This record gives sequence, structure tokens and C-alpha cells, in this order.
Amino acid sequence: MSQLTSLTLKAALDGLEAKTFSSAELTQAHVDAVEAARALNAYVLETPEQALAMAKASDARRARGEAGRLDGAPLGIKDLFCTEGVRSTAGSKILGDFKPTYESTVTANLWRDGAVMLGKLNMDEFAMGSSNETSAFGPVVNPWRTNGGNAQLTPGGSSGGSAAAVAAELCLGATATDTGGSIRQPAAFTGTVGIKPTYGRCSRWGIVAFASSLDQAGPIARTVEDAAILLTSMAGHDPKDSTSLPVETPDFAAFVGKSVKGLRVGVPREYRVDGMPAEIDAIWEQGIAWLKEAGCEIVEVSLPHTKYALPAYYIVAPAEASSNLARYDGMRYGLRVDGANLTETYENSRAAGFGAEVKRRILIGTYVLSAGYYDAYYLKALKVRRRIADDFDQAFQKVDALLTPTAPSAAFSLGEKSDDPLAMYLNDIFTVTVNLAGLPGISVPAGTDASGLPLGLQLIGRALDEGTVFSLAGALEKAADFRAKPAKWW
Amino acid sequence: MAIDAATVRKVAKLARIAEPEDRLEPLARELSGILNWIEQLGEVDTTGVEPMTTAIHTPLPMREDVVTEGGDPARILANSPKAKDDFFVVPKVVE
Repeated sequence: MSQLTSLTLKAALDGLEAKTFSSAELTQAHVDAVEAARALNAYVLETPEQALAMAKASDARRARGEAGRLDGAPLGIKDLFCTEGVRSTAGSKILGDFKPTYESTVTANLWRDGAVMLGKLNMDEFAMGSSNETSAFGPVVNPWRTNGGNAQLTPGGSSGGSAAAVAAELCLGATATDTGGSIRQPAAFTGTVGIKPTYGRCSRWGIVAFASSLDQAGPIARTVEDAAILLTSMAGHDPKDSTSLPVETPDFAAFVGKSVKGLRVGVPREYRVDGMPAEIDAIWEQGIAWLKEAGCEIVEVSLPHTKYALPAYYIVAPAEASSNLARYDGMRYGLRVDGANLTETYENSRAAGFGAEVKRRILIGTYVLSAGYYDAYYLKALKVRRRIADDFDQAFQKVDALLTPTAPSAAFSLGEKSDDPLAMYLNDIFTVTVNLAGLPGISVPAGTDASGLPLGLQLIGRALDEGTVFSLAGALEKAADFRAKPAKWW
Repeated sequence: MAIDAATVRKVAKLARIAEPEDRLEPLARELSGILNWIEQLGEVDTTGVEPMTTAIHTPLPMREDVVTEGGDPARILANSPKAKDDFFVVPKVVE
């Protein structure tokens, strides 16, 4: 029944509702696909028994007429989400065999609506990375390869396991998180749809913290509609997260397919960066043409502080990370490496538990927050952050949304950039601005490059205006008619 | 170079990460490369700009000052490297 794994989430939910197949059948097909795809290294933990038990319970609920919004749909969960009784590692050795005694709010919302968990998905350690190569479990391999090539490519990061699993049909959709582009860049690299909602839409409670003022959860899925269905379940006010917004969650799927006629879409000239491949520019021009044909008015806008977003991010995010990751001290959970005294035990545990990129960021964060440097680095970055947010406010007085490329290239080879932190950081050049400003951004597959690799376009909306973002994303998806799939080699 | 080996040693101590001596120089080079790139923020005029600490525009919510959860030491200690009698066991702190 391998064709069951090729369904969209929407089609699968319709099939379950029509009793064309059961959740047990749908889930078993996915469990088999996951097992057969271990070469991708997308899952760091498979939970087939739990999945089949959840599927059976779902079928029983449906038989009683009590099916929820996602009832019976098998999903993958990024290993940054705490799942009760199921090992949660954040891709790090320092969490060891950590089994949370609680469930993250976002995943609890999915189970409330009847979803089935297939397992935990690989990711960059503590979500710090753009290629999945910082994972303590080794990198995920992108299911996509260049035409005729067999080089192993990165699925992007940090939600590389989520994106690869969705692209390779190892789940109907996946949870992911995005601090600087970690949902949207992997979505672009794998021909999938990924949305980072407005900061505060999804509760951060029970998600392992990286940079708390930037972190947001969102879905990766195969269609815009599927992403909308998933986000509707994941989002919602949660008193356990003081930054969770007390607002109603609309039915986001209702916005997909709505006319975008008359909407004003901005094209920020600063996103035309030096050295950008001609193909990225071409797909952007194509996206502009598609939205024009759909009746949008295209307006050139300026976001003058764009080039300062990445350097500001590389102060703000490491500063918050150095503070958040102070909790990994080897005392209450996770790895402990004993030393001669308490301080040495801290130092040994953290030296053994954290990988190189995480240490690098903790050291930068500690440095910029230390006495004598706080004003020059940290406070300066917070002021630049305000400038970047103000740029968006100005632009949104003239337009309803913005259209940009998602990433400055297609997927690159594993190992290609892993020795050069700055080259790796530049992956987030088009996505990180959105996190700093707290806005919603979605990546939609728009086409392929000359070597057959997928390219994504990003739509950015006003705070809490995911509806318009979904409508425009639906229009782009329809025009692009992206049907390419990775050839199965695994 | 923005950062030398001595500074890395100091910062690593503050961050409670044991870094072997032979890693200090390479780390100083890496961190200096990143910090030199960050220096471009100096080009931005931020006179009179209020620092932005959050993307949330509403004030933090207040709640009743009451216990909402707790009284469950078994769950709290479930993942501890060492525990005894409802307590974490840690290295001696005071001599």
C-alpha cells in the first residue's frame, strides 16, 4: 500500500473520513516507508508501536463519530519538541537519554486533534545549523539529488529531518521550528512547504529553547493547504508561555484558494544580493509574473537595513542561547561527566555534551554579554533589530505582503560549507529578517534549477496575517504547479 | 584580531565549558572572524533608537500567585544522573 504514503494530508484525511482506508493501514504504510528509508537518517527515533496503537485508537474514535481535525494522520515530530516518555534529544549528546515527563503544548495540540506520531526527526544540534551537519546523530541526507548525480546533498537545517521526511513521503507532515530560517530554508531545499508563523502564534512551552525571542514552531508539509491544516492545530493561546498571544486561531485552510486579486505585493530591492545565482533571480522574476497574472499589484519597496540582519542575529541569538543553554549543567538531567569539584563537573559535562557549533555560539553569546562588551555588541544589536522591524512596518504601510527568494542557493553538498561558519550563516540571509521582526513567512516550492533541484520562494506577511500569506502562497503554488519528486534511491 | 587566546580562556571559563589549551588559538581565530564580520553593525546610526527585546507588543500577562503544578518529585527526578530520597545528588558545593 505504498501509494498511501504519496497522499497529501488533506487527501488522507478525506480517505479516512470516507473509510476508504483505516488509520491502521495508513500508519502501517508509513511505518514501512520509514523503515525502508534509514539511509536518509531522517528519523533519530522510530516509534512504530506507539504509532500503531495511536492509529488503532483513532480508528475507534472515528467509528464512534468522534474524529478530530487530524484524526489518524501519521506525522513526524522534530526532536526539539518534548514528547512524554519518548526520548527527546534536540540533536545533542548533552540530553543523552532524556525522556520528558511532560508533553510540549504544540504536540499535545496535535494529539488532541487525533494525529499519530511516527517518531522523532533529526535536526541540527539545538537547532543551530543550516545543513543538519551539527546533529549528534549525523546529518540527514536530502532525498533530492542532481540530475544523474549521486552526491549526497544537505536537506538544509535545522529542520532537515522534518523536510526530508516530508519530501521522501515518510510522514504526511511534520513539526519544525524556525529561529533564523530553520523551517523555510529546508523546505526550499526539499521542494516542500514550510511556514514560520507570527511570533507568539504557537506556544514555545515544551520546545527545547534556543533563542527565546526568535524561536517559533510551524509545520512542514507537501502542499500549502496541508501546512494550513497543520498550523491550525498547532497554534493557539497557551498560558504556560507568557509570549503566547491571546488571539483566536482562524481556520487557516479557508484562506488557501481565495482570490488574491488586488493585493499589493512588495518586492524588496535589497534582497537582490551580490553573487546571487542567476537562477534564483529568475525564479523570483517568475514568481512576480505569476502573482501579477493572479491579479496582484507588484510594488518595489525598500528595507534598507536588510544587510545588517544577519550580523544582528549572530549577536542576539547566541546571547539568548548562552543564557538558555546554561541549564545544561549535568545536575538534573542529561549527561554528567564528573570532575574534581562542582565547577569542573559543569565544565567537563558541557565540554563532552555540546558539539563544536553549539560551543562556538555559547562562547560568542557569553562574550557579547560580558562586562565591557554588552553595550557595544548586545545593546547595539537590539537597536539594529528595532531598525529592521521598523523597515517592515514602513513597507507594510504600502503593501499587503512581500515576495523574496527563500534561500540564496539550491541544496548544496554535505561537507561543502561545514568548515566555514560564515559561509554557512549566509544561508539565512533572506529568512532571518522575519524572525527579528516576529513576522510570518512561508516558503513555497516554485521550480527547479538546471540540475533539477528544487527552489523556493518566500512570502512575508504582517504580524498575525497568516491568512493573506496562505492565500498568496496558494496562488503561487497553483501557478508554479510544482510536481517534481525526488527519484527514490534509498 | 578581536579575540586572543587569553580572552577565549576567560570566556570559556564564564561559559563553564572546558576547552583544552590547544583549542584556544583556533577558537580565537574563528570567533574573531565572526566578530569582525559583526563589526559592520557600527555603520548603522542607532542614535535615539529604543532596543528591541521582543516582537510582542502587549505587556506580559499577570496571573494569580498560586501553585499551579508541583508536588511530584518522582517526575522531577526521573531523568537525574544521580538522585536519592527525593533529592538531586550533586558534587560538594561548600568545603
